[in-house]
Amino acid sequence: MQEIKATMAGSVWKIVVAEGEKVEGDQDIVILESMKMEIPIGAEEAGTVKELKVAEGDFVNEGDVIATIE
Amino acid sequence: MIKKVLIANRGEIAARVIRTCKKLHIQTVAIYSEADQHAPFVKQADESYLIGPPRVNESYLNVDKILAVARQANVDAIHPGYGFLSENGSFAERCEQEGIIFIGPTSDVIKTMGDKVSARKAMQQAGVPIVPGTYDAVSSSDEAVQKANEIGYPIMVKAAAGGGGIGMEVVANDTQLIKAFSGNAKRAQAFFGDGAIFLEKKIENARHIEIQLLADTKGNAIHLFERECSIQRRNQKVIEEAPSPFISEKTRQKMGEAAVTAAKTLGYTNAGTIEFLVDEDENFYFLEMNTRIQVEHPVTEEITGVDIVAEQLRIANGDALQLKQDELAINGHAIEARIYAEDPETFFPSPGHITSLHLPEGDYVRNEVAVTSDFDVTPFYDPMIGKLIVWGKDRNEAIARLHAALATYELKGIKTNIPMLLKIIDLQPYKTGNTTTSFIEKHYLNHN
Repeated sequence: MQEIKATMAGSVWKIVVAEGEKVEGDQDIVILESMKMEIPIGAEEAGTVKELKVAEGDFVNEGDVIATIE
Repeated sequence: MIKKVLIANRGEIAARVIRTCKKLHIQTVAIYSEADQHAPFVKQADESYLIGPPRVNESYLNVDKILAVARQANVDAIHPGYGFLSENGSFAERCEQEGIIFIGPTSDVIKTMGDKVSARKAMQQAGVPIVPGTYDAVSSSDEAVQKANEIGYPIMVKAAAGGGGIGMEVVANDTQLIKAFSGNAKRAQAFFGDGAIFLEKKIENARHIEIQLLADTKGNAIHLFERECSIQRRNQKVIEEAPSPFISEKTRQKMGEAAVTAAKTLGYTNAGTIEFLVDEDENFYFLEMNTRIQVEHPVTEEITGVDIVAEQLRIANGDALQLKQDELAINGHAIEARIYAEDPETFFPSPGHITSLHLPEGDYVRNEVAVTSDFDVTPFYDPMIGKLIVWGKDRNEAIARLHAALATYELKGIKTNIPMLLKIIDLQPYKTGNTTTSFIEKHYLNHN
């Protein structure tokens, strides 16, 4: 299982996948927004999105788990 | 006569404008969001009004609310600072309609220069060279390939709606272009709801050099020489200096004259900046015009002795420029380093709590800051929390002073780019003035 973590503190601007969806390695999972910068957070390996731990608008800290992928 | 000004902005630039207003005995009105309640500029203004929640659409971009405060506080003029509403032609137009002086050019000029297509056309008409590229969006990868071959590689693929680093890519051949075109169009469509893509020639080993303009309402226009702002990360400036260590006196004159001609052709008024890309042979190309005061204006102030904000207020008041082009001269060298709340390696934002702040001091050191000790940097706005400006009789002295000032800059509790700034100014290519817009990729990221 792979944990997708926030690389910076900020808010979840957009979630671009759904739970249960199959994703490719490097596919964007969410877009974080902080201080006018949008940072796509992607999967490292292909898999299925098991759980999304955040909702759009949520605030996350650097290192927080955003989603899990199996 | 302007007696009272509302500053429709926040952070260091709000504090900067308030400072000059006080010097000129002009009353100041600050507006602030809930996130900025404890910010220094709120206390520095004569009057302050809470205008809404942290999100910019509900606060610093809320035109109706800002104009309501302007009426309530009975101000004569609005200073828009940079960013936010400063280049919003509709906002300037609303001010004009309501009889409030917008401290900047007219709404027509803002609109012309704010649109990439019309700005390029206007500059071409004024005889200013522009970067070769497509005027309109390209609709297919076939069309992109055809246009790219007309312009010549390397080509910059740009999403019309892009920003914040998404949707910009440099390609060297047809294969890369086709891939970048579809990828960026898809991404731009998904993220911004607009998949329009433009192509522009990538000027190699380019420098970013800009000309500061002042133009009054009587038809007088002058330039305050250039600033070189080539040191950038994520296409945002990090270190700026004046004068440029690169261009010759002849190029300086040519660029200044081109900028003044452009200002006169446009009917430009107030302070503005024309940004150019300059190639290795000192050919210069129009990039864009900023119809407002710029973040890096202090380096120009330091080498000319001109208070640009004071000039803005006088011009807005209808006064004729007292400065004469042939009486202006460059005195010494100034450098500005932007202090960002961000990771110095990844450049990712680093909001959080500043536990302590001790600014460097000295005769040739100028601090413009938006924060204090025991202060929360929120994730809602730009990561720039301050600017450090130094002056020296020459570039070497300015670099040495910047080094000393950065080394004693103490800001604890959040990550900042100060370690990066120190490393950059220690690099040999920086010391010799070999600064191009790819400096950070070439000399910092690869040698870290």
